[in-house]
Amino acid sequence: MPDFSDIFEVLLLQNYNTRLVVLSTTLLGIAAGLVGSFLLLRKRSLMGDALSHATLPGIAIAFAVMVSFGGEGKSLPALLLGATISGVAGIATMLLIRNTTKLRDDVAMGFVLSVFFGVGVASLRMVQDIPGASAAGLESFIYGKTAAMVASDFLLIALVAGAASLLSLLFLKEFLILCFDDGYAASQGWPTLFLDILLLGLVTAVTVIGLQAVGLILVIAFLITPPTAARFWTQRLLPMLLISAFIGGVSGWLGASLSALTPQLPAGAVIVLVAAVLFLVSLFFAPERGVLPRFLNQAALRRKEDRQHFLRAAYEIVEEQASGGSVANRSFPFEALLAKRSWSPHQLRRILRVARREDHLEPTPPGRLRLSEPGFGEAARVTRNHRLWETYLIQYADVAPSHVDRDADMVEHILGAELVRELEAKLVGALPDLSVPPSPHPFPSPSA
Amino acid sequence: MNWTSFDTWIVVVGALCALACALPGCFLVLRKMSMMGDAISHAVLPGLAIAFLVTGTRASVPMFLGAAIAGLLTALFTQWIMRFGNVDRGAAMGIVFTTLFAVGLLLIRRAADHVDLDPGCVLYGAIELTPLDTVSVGGLDIPRAALVNGGVLLANLLVLTLLYKELKLSSFDPDLADTLGYSSQFLHYLLMTLVAVTTVAAFESVGSIIVIAMLIVPPATALLLTHRLLPMLLLSAAAAVLAAVTGHLGAIVVPRWFGFESTTSSGMIALASGLIFLLAWLFSPSQGIVARRFRRALDPPPLSNTETETT
Repeated sequence: MPDFSDIFEVLLLQNYNTRLVVLSTTLLGIAAGLVGSFLLLRKRSLMGDALSHATLPGIAIAFAVMVSFGGEGKSLPALLLGATISGVAGIATMLLIRNTTKLRDDVAMGFVLSVFFGVGVASLRMVQDIPGASAAGLESFIYGKTAAMVASDFLLIALVAGAASLLSLLFLKEFLILCFDDGYAASQGWPTLFLDILLLGLVTAVTVIGLQAVGLILVIAFLITPPTAARFWTQRLLPMLLISAFIGGVSGWLGASLSALTPQLPAGAVIVLVAAVLFLVSLFFAPERGVLPRFLNQAALRRKEDRQHFLRAAYEIVEEQASGGSVANRSFPFEALLAKRSWSPHQLRRILRVARREDHLEPTPPGRLRLSEPGFGEAARVTRNHRLWETYLIQYADVAPSHVDRDADMVEHILGAELVRELEAKLVGALPDLSVPPSPHPFPSPSA
Repeated sequence: MNWTSFDTWIVVVGALCALACALPGCFLVLRKMSMMGDAISHAVLPGLAIAFLVTGTRASVPMFLGAAIAGLLTALFTQWIMRFGNVDRGAAMGIVFTTLFAVGLLLIRRAADHVDLDPGCVLYGAIELTPLDTVSVGGLDIPRAALVNGGVLLANLLVLTLLYKELKLSSFDPDLADTLGYSSQFLHYLLMTLVAVTTVAAFESVGSIIVIAMLIVPPATALLLTHRLLPMLLLSAAAAVLAAVTGHLGAIVVPRWFGFESTTSSGMIALASGLIFLLAWLFSPSQGIVARRFRRALDPPPLSNTETETT
């Protein structure tokens, strides 16, 4: 078990051996978080999947070419160049299939992914037999081999990651319009094809430098998980990009540090798991779109709806009892309330329990119900809002009077005070005045 | 080239595998869920690892169960994240399968000292070794992989014949299927189970990513040739078998051209199915690129009014 000072040394990048690794996965995470966000918004997350699998034949072929020219065959830039070329070929195949056949995106991606990977496996196996050259390290591109990183590798990764991040921030506005409405972008004269190619180019660059660090399967997670997690926290693009870059960076930093502290934990896998934990936290707790806050909001709205339904039903019953005269707060039977809406007795009893707690009901003998004074006032207000809304729908939206009750029922619960005032201003004279009678005594003037 | 009974068995295993995959694959392609095969085949890794760590053996049955459960969980988690998080299907799938794959990788690495479960083997299989592991049936030595894949093929055929019209209906119009009382949800998970089981059976011999080639590419080829379900199933079966045969032949012949010894049959089967797809893409009588060119050359579209006005 590593002790405390070791942990700090690694986390704060003071350990020379792990500094390069941790820094490069952090940079990679930031770049992937930025680029992946656009991919997610363009609904092409799995493009990274197909792309990263399609890089394998390039690695094997680049190795074979280098060996046949008498080289050692292990130069990282050359291998990554091969990976880039076959990745681009994969994307081109995908786009060709999509544009010249009726097959859909998913088929095109699955085709490229599996066939290219098959070719890659076959050619890896072939080059392993080359006498005098050891291809043993090539398979590490599938799972990643973070520990075997030297200073020149780090420079390459840092340079590409930095350039990709910078470009995605520079083209922020262009990518924004491309992701949200490519048709509009094209009609406004934006070069959408060029932008699409630029975006895919950035994705390719990030994927290829990720091959060395986390391997071709787990680099997919780097492109997908941080942006999806960030999406739960905000509805705006720039904050989403920053959060996504942050989540990607933190996953890279924490994951690589953890794997450096415990032998036998492959960095790629730990990084992916850290990102997955951050995703789960975002999925459940993010205030903007998280599952838990949304669930609570919905529950609150449902309670509000129940309360308003109950109050209006009660008011209408009392109103019927008054049969045209002035409406006074009288008691009424439970069955009358039950018949008002399609609620089950069980549901209604639950609603009534809440109403008692909120002091909208007075204590009454069983079977009878009676609104309390504040409950009656509230009921009158709710009913009035409902009728305002109905009148508005009939006058301005041409809704048939026989349908208006249901339509108003669907929208009235989200009426704010602002909207009610607007409705009142519009409908002056359309409803009998329900306002409070004038005060019979003069008010003392505030200046006195 | 000397062809031995060894090679025959490899082709038989490959063909059975490809056939077993092509049948559920057709429905995956029709439901626009091709990438689900990808996700499931990556995500079976932790299932295998846990089954191995729990039982301590490489016996088939626990491994099979573990992988099938992991596959089904992938489908389930993807569905949940999609529904509860309002996440795009592709992204949900990507998160689930990369996470599960990472878990599997960790488990295997942790146990690597006393385990000989090679993640490489999971990814690209060892079809060359299948004829060595035989089971004697009625005095005949049959490779275990052939029996397993044959069994899965029969199971797939059975489910398909029994639920043919239900699957067809729910693939083309899930809402109608629901209103008629055939739960499209149930059929979805049934299909996912089939895919998971088929993937598990197949990847032992061909590896988890080549499985995707077998699941998707023959049905995609068939879809380029026909628009009817039954011909599509038959054509994709034919393409699957053809790919297995030519793939193994290619694995023996092609490396010689480049001066290499040999290569994996599974990779070459994927390549062969890709080439068959390419042929269909170019020469399909109804939708092929060549045929469309010809049709355009033979009868040029009449000039429409707007065009004559602008010229």
